Amino acid sequence: MDARAGVRLLDPPRAPVIASEAQLRALLASLSGVDAAGAEARAAKLATRSIKTSSKRAALDMIISMIDLTTLEGADTPERVASLCDKARRPDARDASVPSVAAVCVYADLVGTARARLAGSTVAVAAVATAFPSGRASRRVKLLDVEDAVAAGADEIDMVIDRGAFLSGRLGEVFEEIVAVKEACQHAHLKVILETGELVTYDNVRRASWLAMLAGADFIKTSTGKVGVSATLPVALVLLEAVRDFAESTGRLVGVKVAGGIRSAKDAMRYLVVVNETAGSLWLSPTLFRFGASSLLNDVLMQRLRQVRGAYVRPQEFSAD
Amino acid sequence: MGEELATSHLGALAYDPAPESAAIARLHESYGIFVDGAFTDPAQHAQLLTLNPATGSGLAHVAMGSASDVDLAVASARRAFDTTWSRMRGAERAKYLFRIARLIQERARELAVVETLDNGKPIRESRDIDVPLAAAHFFYYAGWADKLEHAGFGAHPRPLGVAGQIIPWNFPLLMAAWKLAPALAAGNTCVLKPAETTPLSALVLAEILQQAELPPGVVNIVTGDGTTGAALVEHAGVDKIAFTGSTEVGRVIQRRANAAGKRVSLELGGKGANIVFEDAPIDEMIEGIVDGIFFNQGHVCCAGSRLLVQENVADEVLRRLLRRVDQLRVGDPLDKNTDVGAINSAEQLAKITELVETGEAEGATRHTSSCALPSEGFWFAPTVFSQVSSTQRIAREEIFGPVLSVLTFRTPDEAVAKANDTTYGLACGVWSEKGSRTLWVAERLRAGVVWANTYNRFDPASPFGGVKESGFGREGGRHGLEAYLDE
Repeated sequence: MDARAGVRLLDPPRAPVIASEAQLRALLASLSGVDAAGAEARAAKLATRSIKTSSKRAALDMIISMIDLTTLEGADTPERVASLCDKARRPDARDASVPSVAAVCVYADLVGTARARLAGSTVAVAAVATAFPSGRASRRVKLLDVEDAVAAGADEIDMVIDRGAFLSGRLGEVFEEIVAVKEACQHAHLKVILETGELVTYDNVRRASWLAMLAGADFIKTSTGKVGVSATLPVALVLLEAVRDFAESTGRLVGVKVAGGIRSAKDAMRYLVVVNETAGSLWLSPTLFRFGASSLLNDVLMQRLRQVRGAYVRPQEFSAD
Repeated sequence: MGEELATSHLGALAYDPAPESAAIARLHESYGIFVDGAFTDPAQHAQLLTLNPATGSGLAHVAMGSASDVDLAVASARRAFDTTWSRMRGAERAKYLFRIARLIQERARELAVVETLDNGKPIRESRDIDVPLAAAHFFYYAGWADKLEHAGFGAHPRPLGVAGQIIPWNFPLLMAAWKLAPALAAGNTCVLKPAETTPLSALVLAEILQQAELPPGVVNIVTGDGTTGAALVEHAGVDKIAFTGSTEVGRVIQRRANAAGKRVSLELGGKGANIVFEDAPIDEMIEGIVDGIFFNQGHVCCAGSRLLVQENVADEVLRRLLRRVDQLRVGDPLDKNTDVGAINSAEQLAKITELVETGEAEGATRHTSSCALPSEGFWFAPTVFSQVSSTQRIAREEIFGPVLSVLTFRTPDEAVAKANDTTYGLACGVWSEKGSRTLWVAERLRAGVVWANTYNRFDPASPFGGVKESGFGREGGRHGLEAYLDE
């Protein structure tokens, strides 16, 4: 299967070193355009794939293992985060065969709470940082935000790019900021949120994906979930094409995280199909693909229980958080 | 179980079989001819067995229509023309067409399964393309039925009379819709001859016409083989022949029909070129090439069976194309995840195999998908030839199968010259992000249809048809009415 949709990796890797804004601009300009109608038609066609019986069972568990269980509200409390952590570690209290989710994603001030509650588990702690979600703060403040989160024990940092700088053509600024944040992350993995809903065109999404990867992103991520348009299937397709092509030209594997608006198991399975048939099965792993979601988990658990019991259970069977 | 699940989520996402149920087709054991609004036994009681090309086993017996059956059908069509249909107000005819369109939608699932069983095409295509487009054609032409005097064919356009319509096996229901809808909207009555290997969806359509209470004789359907079609072409009571099929048969039909003073429209073969410039949107272009040649197993007259790619990107395009071709899911046409289905007949498979052998013999480089093929039925793995030259048979002849020939060019002039270097002229595609160049190229292509950054897109409002040996006359759109109207 790997050989089919899979990528051919270079050995040794040779990621280009970006020495100037002009070089970066030329490199991004050399990327192929995206035909919007064609990309949307391809995504719609993939959405008709039918995943049944044991494939569905495997896909549901795969989805659970890829979830960044997220709470990003002003009203978040340590108690709410603690209960989310318990659910992340063991999504269905009555069934130990349900895998843990990939990570819990919180604001930086709650990293310590999550870290303590998740001790001894495989679940990572992810923190949003860099003046999430707007990114409207000075570089100094953004970097401090990251340093705080890392110091509190975050394994993963979800940063936002400066969309204003990107759209106005200050590409070097966006690039440098990602490089600086990556350095501040130390050992923590860096997910770069492109906020594709604000980039609007697929051409912009493709260029921003490459910019982030060239600057050192470990993951590229669609959205904050805080603006009108979040992840869509065609946008995920463009991101997955980008990581596939980047891996082929540099040998480095970058992950993709789709976030915002993915609430049903059915939707999530469509994303898995796009991963499978675009980047290939190598990306069908929590190390390279994530769902940023909160309510998705309960729907997947419900579908999973239906597979086991042969009938739907009530939504109330699962805790809200 | 816990441990098994913990490991099962790592690795590939396999797609379990997801077959649509064949029982939905509700096939009868045998079918007669449809004349004067009812199914009747053929005069000579001869029958044909239609096969499921995916398994090679029989599906149903249909009538082997003879000259006397055609005679009966034409007489019935003439009666209906004289007494009801040509005298009916356009708005009334429109009501029947709307009703047929809605009934096609209501029975869409059944029609899709019938089409896939009889033709071998993937259920995804019959479900998402053939059947919805067939309904759309009836809806579209229903709208024209009471506006014919505004269609640009004179102030008082008149129907021609009885139309003999001979359709191919590649899109059986859709081609029936393309033929019937404009003819009926214009006030003609019809005798339809479905293809020998794919008669079933037209017979379900006959049931739909009964359900719609279409006046008896307005549409008659006579199944059979080439002799049945010849009887229709030569029948003195037929005013118009509309044919879609091979150029070879088209030539014979044109000669005979012209000699008998009949109006003719022909939609014949093609050797479409998909022209790829260096600035094409690469991912969507690869999908477009794949759709262009592997849609419906390449059994498409307008298939993009030649890929003309700018030389400086040829290696990259070929590499990505072959990777994508290897991903195509070939197999059970009823499976909802199948991309490429079965070859329609043993005869067609033999033709494809023969031409592919000439490609290898003439020195082109063959790349064949590594997919496994079913052991029963008629199958051909998706195949791409590179290093093809314009003189080779695989670059000139219509293969009508899942086989793509890749050629290169250096300048736009050369691309146009190579694209036009064919006896056919049905369809071409141009892939570029530069609109001015796309228009420059499109202007110079000798083809009835030019797609820009897409391929094999159909819409009832858009006229379709060829130039040169791809035929003449247009189907679809306002233009499609002309074939069935006298000024």
